[in-house]
Amino acid sequence: MIGVLQFPGSCDERDALSACERVGDSRLVWHEETDLGGIDAVVVPGGFSYGDYLRAGAIARFSPAMEAVARFAGEGGPVLGICNGFQVLCEAGLLPGALLPNEDLRFVCRQVDLVAERADSVFTREIEPGSTLSVPIKHMSGRYFAPDDELDALEAGGRVAFRYAPGHNPNGSVRDIAGVVNEGGNVLGLMPHPEHAVDPLTGSADGLRLFESLVRSRVAAAA
Amino acid sequence: MKAKVLIRPKQGILDPQGKAVERALPALGFEGVSDVRVGRLVELETDDLDSLPALCEKLLANPLIEDFEIVTDDAAASNGSG
Repeated sequence: MIGVLQFPGSCDERDALSACERVGDSRLVWHEETDLGGIDAVVVPGGFSYGDYLRAGAIARFSPAMEAVARFAGEGGPVLGICNGFQVLCEAGLLPGALLPNEDLRFVCRQVDLVAERADSVFTREIEPGSTLSVPIKHMSGRYFAPDDELDALEAGGRVAFRYAPGHNPNGSVRDIAGVVNEGGNVLGLMPHPEHAVDPLTGSADGLRLFESLVRSRVAAAA
Repeated sequence: MKAKVLIRPKQGILDPQGKAVERALPALGFEGVSDVRVGRLVELETDDLDSLPALCEKLLANPLIEDFEIVTDDAAASNGSG
């Protein structure tokens, strides 16, 4: 069962749920839930949790469900944070770095090319390193930042999962970073929206590969 | 006791809001203004001043990208470099 978090102000939880349902059983998890029993993967979706007051993701991080998610991630449970979900995971300290307002201060909404860098996280196992995915972005605060020594460590550890393809960096993210994984490879955050790219009808089904990777990883783990 | 928390983008971090403000000033006839940085001000009332730095580090500021400064009524100020 994949659990998709829902905060007041979330807006992509339905698309995330729909993407998850293409690969397995899924349900929404309300932000006040504290028991993740029966859930074996979590998606923290996009939107504007708690109005994004103070900083994007700053308040959501303290919600009862997120405290349960932090424990779940600490036990090795797979957690995928998309857009606002990525911001929440960074604020919660489950992923390194922070997301700053876009360099040009504009809300950007467009299709971008991503280059996959890492193949051994639970969400990218089915994605060939070096391959390109076409996925939409839509955000105001997506400029990934971390201090240089942290970035060097991320790169040395193979923890940069996705970079914007040359010329596609929409927000001034440092080193073109679009998504990173934690040390255990079980938590991934990215600004682009794979859940909006799961059907050729909307221009690309490349995003579905993240959800397929997750399910195949679980099958592999159970075997 | 009333307190104010000043939150600023860390030095070295690009502040596009500050840049936008700076670029707008010459059009209004204000010349020679540079290094504009835009932060936040949080005003609050608390019985527990001692816990304020922890509160700032945990919620009001993100120490990775922001510095904070606590200003209280009795002008005793403390700095948090994060």
